[in-house]
Amino acid sequence: MLTVTHYTILSALLFAIGALTVLIRRNPLIMFMGIELMLNAVNLAFVAFSRFLNDMSGQVFVFIVLTVAAAEVAVGLALVVAIFRARENVDVDEIDLLKG
Amino acid sequence: MLWLIPALPLLGAVVNGLVGSRLPRALSSWLAVAFLGAAFGVSVSAVSNLIALPAEERVIHETLYQWIGVGDFSVNVAFWFDPLSAIMILVITGIGTLITMYAVGYMEHEHDYARFFTAMNLFAFAMLMLVLADNYLLMFLGWEGVGVCSYLLIGFWFNRDNLAVGTDEKFLSPRSSATKAFVVNRIGDFGFMLGIILMFWTFGSLAFEEVFHDAEAMFQIGAPVITIMTLLLFLGATGKSAQIPLYVWLPDAMAGPTPVSALIHAATMVTAGVYMVARSHVLYELAPITLSVVAIIGVLTAFVAATIALAQNDLKRVLAYSTVSQLGYMFFALGVGAFGAGIFHLMTHAFFKALLFLSAGAVMHAMNDMIDMRRLGGLRKIMPITFATFLIGALALSGFPLFSGFFSKDEILAEGYSRGAIVLWVVGVLVALMTAIYSFRAVILTFGGKPRWKEGEVVGAHDKDAHDEHGAHGLHPHEASPVMWVPLVVLAVGALFGGFVGLPHILGPNYFAQFLEPVFGGHELEISATLEWTLIATSTIAALIGIFIALRFYAGDTKIPAQLARDYPSLYNLLANKYWVDQIYDYTLARPGRWLANAFWLDVDGRVINGFADGLGHAFRNIGQRVRSLQGGYARGYALAMLIGIVVVIAVVVARL
Repeated sequence: MLTVTHYTILSALLFAIGALTVLIRRNPLIMFMGIELMLNAVNLAFVAFSRFLNDMSGQVFVFIVLTVAAAEVAVGLALVVAIFRARENVDVDEIDLLKG
Repeated sequence: MLWLIPALPLLGAVVNGLVGSRLPRALSSWLAVAFLGAAFGVSVSAVSNLIALPAEERVIHETLYQWIGVGDFSVNVAFWFDPLSAIMILVITGIGTLITMYAVGYMEHEHDYARFFTAMNLFAFAMLMLVLADNYLLMFLGWEGVGVCSYLLIGFWFNRDNLAVGTDEKFLSPRSSATKAFVVNRIGDFGFMLGIILMFWTFGSLAFEEVFHDAEAMFQIGAPVITIMTLLLFLGATGKSAQIPLYVWLPDAMAGPTPVSALIHAATMVTAGVYMVARSHVLYELAPITLSVVAIIGVLTAFVAATIALAQNDLKRVLAYSTVSQLGYMFFALGVGAFGAGIFHLMTHAFFKALLFLSAGAVMHAMNDMIDMRRLGGLRKIMPITFATFLIGALALSGFPLFSGFFSKDEILAEGYSRGAIVLWVVGVLVALMTAIYSFRAVILTFGGKPRWKEGEVVGAHDKDAHDEHGAHGLHPHEASPVMWVPLVVLAVGALFGGFVGLPHILGPNYFAQFLEPVFGGHELEISATLEWTLIATSTIAALIGIFIALRFYAGDTKIPAQLARDYPSLYNLLANKYWVDQIYDYTLARPGRWLANAFWLDVDGRVINGFADGLGHAFRNIGQRVRSLQGGYARGYALAMLIGIVVVIAVVVARL
């Protein structure tokens, strides 16, 4: 029997993997995947708690998160394309024009 | 209708100030004369209205509008017209008109005529406000106004460095003289202002009527607050009326055009202090200590200035020190409580000193601005009218019997003697003697003897902006033009007969004192006829001895003065250098003042305040420099910081639950 605890642990693991991906990788596309992973980990937690608490509002949040994620990816990919056009390179560590 | 009297010269100043420089010279100049002359006409009709009233009711009060109103306190733009202001406005507008008319001729070669006549009319406006005001604040407005006009007119030739032509003496430039006059006057004005503030504090009002009424009702004679108040007001008077210790600006004020010296620095503005003390006589009578101070300062100033005048070579400066000295007489009269006598001398002095200055101006005009008496001489044949008017002025100044100065000076000395100021009286007689000496020294050196100049001689190159085109040409002295000598003759008539309105009572009625009785209260001299004759004889003899000495020294055996100067070199140097007062003030006040100003500028402002502002900027820059390495442009580092931060926040929130 899968309890809400299992879902929560899975969600936490997915979130941690996503966060690590963002922190470790230098390719912005991979970093976006990490961000997507984190968002979906949260979605999983929302759905699990929604079912556990018998409250539909958790599932509504999931749709909002999905919408925001889609928009975010659209903007993010556009940025990546623009940067690539300007610099022929998308290594995040080398994008440091705002260095103090 | 009273408001018309100051309004007319103000209108003249506005017209000349705005469009004067576009008008033809003659129109601009005569406009100034016309506006002041019209004010004189209105003044005469106002005074005749005043005389038509019964003696006790001779006060006309006219309120124009409320100037300041704060709660119970209110100051109005209002006029107070009584016999004292009547005499003052007649002197200001009457003599002012004559002098302005003279200036039309005197300034005929000046490019900047509109500026000159604007300031002259503006001065008349301010002076009339001063004497017509019904409260101390409005009086202060006029007081400051005449100060500004004095500054503007002393510095009229602001682009010239030295006006004295053909002399080896070093005088201040007009602009420095103007600054000096202004700064010295500020010291006095500060005292005046403190006095006004103390008055407001004590009485809650500044209107003459209320202040005088309350002062008599609230205070005994000798009340300390009244003593302090009157001393502060008197400090203002010493500034404006050139008394010790603030007289030093007046001799340097001679750097202005001569009509200015005559109008502002002899006849009217410098008498503002005398007027103010006389106007406040109710307060001064409550403060016997102040009255003694006034009398002593007056006599001391009269003495010091007269001794300096003996050793000056610049004709206008002799007259300037003489003015200081005569103002000292007026304060002596005020100090012994003879307010009417002081005002009487103010009036006669206005006539004969304006006359002397204007005659000296005619000499300057004829001699290409050369005014050093050692280089004049022999002008009596070339300028007979000027000689006659100067002589009349000098006789009046010396107190020669039956001339105007004789009656007024004699009244002051008699009042001083009868009120027990014997020592001061003795000094006063001595001053009368010296007055006669320096007046006739000036007459003889300027007009008598043989010329010490040559026809066609070139004296002193003029500055680029010379005010007369013939300045660079040789000397061709000539009699003054009619526009200049007509005012001289009118003033000479005043200087001759002006004294007869105030005869000593052994000779006849003193109309002048009777006219002023409603203001100052009547009193009789408490001395016998014999004593009065003796006093008159004493001052007459002093004047005659003085004239005799001058004739002997400067017309007879001309070696005597030089011999005296050689025999008593220290005394001569002391007088010729004006007791070194300018130097003493320079070293004790002006230099420390400048040092202090520099210290505040360079150290306090430059280092402390600037340092604080700059230091603040530097501090933030340094902090920024240190923390800039936190933003290395390493995006994943930011992400880690964000993550850690969020974890910490969540940890704290969870721990609190």
